[in-house]
Amino acid sequence: MTRTVVMFTGLERLWHWSQALLIILLLLTGFEVHGSYSLLGFGTAATLHVLAALALIVVWIFAIFWHLATGEWRQYAPTTRGLAAVVRFYLYGMFRGESHPFNPRPKRKHNPLQAASYLLFGVVISPLLWITGLLYLGIDLWSAPAGLPLAPVALIHVAAAYGAALFLLVHVYMITTGRTPTTHLKTMITGREESDEAARQPSQAVSSQARRGL
Amino acid sequence: MMHDNIDAVASWTPTNIVAQLLGGLSWVLIMSLAAPVQATPEILAAVDPPTADHSQFEQLQRDFANGREVTRACLDCHTEAGKQVRASIHWRWEYRHPQTGQLLGKQHVVNSFCNNVTTNLGRCTACHAGYGWDGPDFDFSDDSRVDCLVCHDTTGTYEKSPKRAGRVLQEPVKVHGHPLQPPDLGKVARNVGPTSSETCGSCHFFGGGGNGSKHGDLDTSLLDPPPALDVHMSDAGAGLECSDCHVERAHQIAGSRYQVAAHDRKGTGAPGQRRYAATCASCHGVEPHALGSDPAALYQGAKLNAHVDRIACQTCHIPAMARGGVATKTWWDWSKAGRLDADGNPIKRHDADGNLTYWTRWGEIEWGEDIEPDYRWFDGTMRYTLPDQTIDSSQSVPINRFAGHHDDPDARIWPFKMMRGKQPYDPVKDRLVYMQLFGKTEQAYWQGLEWQPAIASAMEAAGLPFSGEVGFTETRMAWPITHMVAPAEEALACGDCHAREGRMAELTGFYLPGRDSDPRLDRWAQLALGAALLAIGVHIGLRILFHRRRRYAE
Repeated sequence: MTRTVVMFTGLERLWHWSQALLIILLLLTGFEVHGSYSLLGFGTAATLHVLAALALIVVWIFAIFWHLATGEWRQYAPTTRGLAAVVRFYLYGMFRGESHPFNPRPKRKHNPLQAASYLLFGVVISPLLWITGLLYLGIDLWSAPAGLPLAPVALIHVAAAYGAALFLLVHVYMITTGRTPTTHLKTMITGREESDEAARQPSQAVSSQARRGL
Repeated sequence: MMHDNIDAVASWTPTNIVAQLLGGLSWVLIMSLAAPVQATPEILAAVDPPTADHSQFEQLQRDFANGREVTRACLDCHTEAGKQVRASIHWRWEYRHPQTGQLLGKQHVVNSFCNNVTTNLGRCTACHAGYGWDGPDFDFSDDSRVDCLVCHDTTGTYEKSPKRAGRVLQEPVKVHGHPLQPPDLGKVARNVGPTSSETCGSCHFFGGGGNGSKHGDLDTSLLDPPPALDVHMSDAGAGLECSDCHVERAHQIAGSRYQVAAHDRKGTGAPGQRRYAATCASCHGVEPHALGSDPAALYQGAKLNAHVDRIACQTCHIPAMARGGVATKTWWDWSKAGRLDADGNPIKRHDADGNLTYWTRWGEIEWGEDIEPDYRWFDGTMRYTLPDQTIDSSQSVPINRFAGHHDDPDARIWPFKMMRGKQPYDPVKDRLVYMQLFGKTEQAYWQGLEWQPAIASAMEAAGLPFSGEVGFTETRMAWPITHMVAPAEEALACGDCHAREGRMAELTGFYLPGRDSDPRLDRWAQLALGAALLAIGVHIGLRILFHRRRRYAE
């Protein structure tokens, strides 16, 4: 029996896609500023990088508020329960045509591996980028001779950016590992997911869950 | 129900509203970082009309036999002018450096062109702001020996004799093919006025052996430059003269290559105050870049203003030297001088542009146009290698040196013309030497083409020891570049320096975004990305392989 559930609300999708665009823009311009290649020219790249970063900060401020207010932050609570099965699926079961051992539902959208990687991105990579990025942006205010040297700020920022690039690479690939290569992408665009599990909770239940989180 | 509420919120928040919010907040954030706006200075209008018409002055209604007669007439009214000029470096050619204590000025320094003044007086002092400094007995206290006209001529006809110690030309001559006529001193005197790029340039454009030879940013192309060459001096630009920046006070002219104001933090000073400074900041302020009206331009303006602390204006705004079609010397090898052709005659060779590349009297010369400057941290204090100091001839000897480092708040990155060449030195005492080039005596190199007597006589005249041995050492001399400021849109772009092999490639000791990195970090990170890509590739391959196999099995 199949039914359609709303996995991602409009607000979540707006958050996800604005963040995705900004992060891609930031990586693209950021590594040009780092000197990895020449694409837009340093000045344009640096300017776009700063503007995109400021925009992303705004997005994040909204997103953090939303996560705290709705209790959605629980989606990223790490767990080892079912982790081994998920790892086994990607390394073995997937090739044999087995179905995914984790059934996403609005209350728990991410499998344990996924949740752990988002948590890593959210609490390690992003804050490193935030902190060093803001220090970098204001470096003229505190770098003056004998002040904060730019090198460590820049290098930590670059290291975290490499982490973000690695995350993005794997994340984009994992999108294709749904029932069909585009299943996950469609869900993220439409917000709706076909589910064949009759026992799944209706999406309204999640909403009341979220309300309790308030 | 909550679900509906969320949907409602989502539809109430179309992308453009969010975008507006983001833009607005970015704006606020940048505004809080941005410094106050410094407006572009208003372009000065025509020169102040004078309150005196010199053509009506009784003292000037006559003919003058020589320059000193004119000066005496000037001093009738301008009673303090002689004293003022005599206190200036234009008169003394001597400068006691306030920071280093070194006694500098043309009288004392060695350079890498015609080397030194004191033993070549009659020729060098053709550009002295005085009459008759042709020997050590010149009377520096005599007001009547001050040359007023060389700076205040407005007719363009005032010619000094090229080899007679600054005396006015008496009969027609040809200098390097250019015919010169003796001036009508009465007419010149009745038409005096403020200095101009013509009067300043009549000496300063021709140092080092000819037009543009020495500085790399001063030559006759500045007399009528297009804005692209010099946005300030072009009539289509600001239309300024030298003295608009090189302001004077009692005939002391602002601007010095011995003590450069490498980092002017004062800017324009109080409103209406005219500062005794020739710095860019004295007109443009210390936050010279306008903050644009959109967030990008605002960020860029603020970021450029933040550069002012470490980067001299000249570094970005003078993208290349010798841009006006006049070449500048870049290499002068005196060791090749003295060669004669098969018939025993002097040799003179020119390049395709007519620049002298070899002359028996000079040696070998190289020229350059449109040259990228060298960039160095510079604290403004020039130290000279004088002939009483020991040198290390095993490497290029710095004729002048300066300090400056990223960690020195007084230093900024400046552009330089690095003049290089080979010149005589004393290999026994390891010292630079003076040399006598000019003069009617046999010791003068340009007469006898022998180095030993030319140096011996010059060192003796200076009271300095000389072993009698002559060697040649490679030297370099740094000329800070500050003229030929291009329009803003032709300034360097960020990426000219923020690049792996950019203009700052030689400057180390600080982290420059776009240039610097930690190679280990890049290597490991790229390895990790590569490994991830490889793993993804393998994973895709296995998926396709097993998918086909399953389909086949079905």
